[in-house]
Amino acid sequence: MRKVGVMGERDSVLGFKAVGFDVYPVVSREEASERLTQLADDGYAVIYVTEQIASMIAEDIERYRFSRFPAIVPIPGSSGSLGIGMNSVKKSVEKAVGADILFNH
Amino acid sequence: MARLNVNPTRMVLTGLKRRLRTARRGHKLLKDKRDELMKKFLEIVRENRKEREIVEKLLMDVHSRFIMARALMSSEMLEEALMFPKRKVSLGTSTRNIMSVHVPVLEFTTEEAGEGDIFPYGFANTSGELDGAIQALSEVLPHMLRLAELEKSAQLLSDEIEKTRRRVNALEYVLIPNLEETIRYIVMKLDENERGNLTRLMKVKDMMLEQAHHYKERYNN
Repeated sequence: MRKVGVMGERDSVLGFKAVGFDVYPVVSREEASERLTQLADDGYAVIYVTEQIASMIAEDIERYRFSRFPAIVPIPGSSGSLGIGMNSVKKSVEKAVGADILFNH
Repeated sequence: MARLNVNPTRMVLTGLKRRLRTARRGHKLLKDKRDELMKKFLEIVRENRKEREIVEKLLMDVHSRFIMARALMSSEMLEEALMFPKRKVSLGTSTRNIMSVHVPVLEFTTEEAGEGDIFPYGFANTSGELDGAIQALSEVLPHMLRLAELEKSAQLLSDEIEKTRRRVNALEYVLIPNLEETIRYIVMKLDENERGNLTRLMKVKDMMLEQAHHYKERYNN
């Protein structure tokens, strides 16, 4: 059985503890990047990262893009959505199709 | 297009023709694979987009509820309330095969320590807003896991589509034209040799007849 992790600012992620996810508050870029590597090595299947943190460690997240696990999913933090999550969906489409055919509005 | 560097012999020609046949078949198969992958990918990515919109909307709602709860309780109290979760989510992971791309399938089970409710605290010291926030959060949970599954699938599929597309194009625009040109070159060369041989034979025949019958001498006299 694998686990689910949540990483982000303390205020945004605290609530996830109540529903049974493993919560890891992080502050700095280095801390986040280290934590991500550690969680990936620990066999977490899904790691949710708040967009504020995700924007800091984009390269680290990119590393896991094409391995089956862990799935690293950006979620909006308490200060609102930055559109990073949607952007990564868009990026997949562009890569596969060669042009953006779903979001052209 | 560049022609392959080979000897223009009949044996090489046979080999090249066989290679061309294989390349054409491979090209057709890969093209079918690409089309099917694309179809699946678009299905997944449409759902992915919808699911992401849902999750983002619900999570923003959850966050605003949490902010309310935080405003009504001291942060120490809040942390204390959430310190020992009652539930534990664990994931069963398996993979599904879409056109030989193995995408993850997640099934989650929650283990509840107590029976009934999901709230890991007594109601005496906490505000009603916190209950609402946690209730809302547990409703987002299945959506979030579905989102993780879809997003990973979309990423893996997009990678595979790109690879397949490159292969299809390499076959279509490089390998097959090269083979065709080389085959044409060898056929031309062999035909030319054949014609050269024929003229030589005719010439030799003329010369031999001349030697035997001395036509020139006879008609000139």
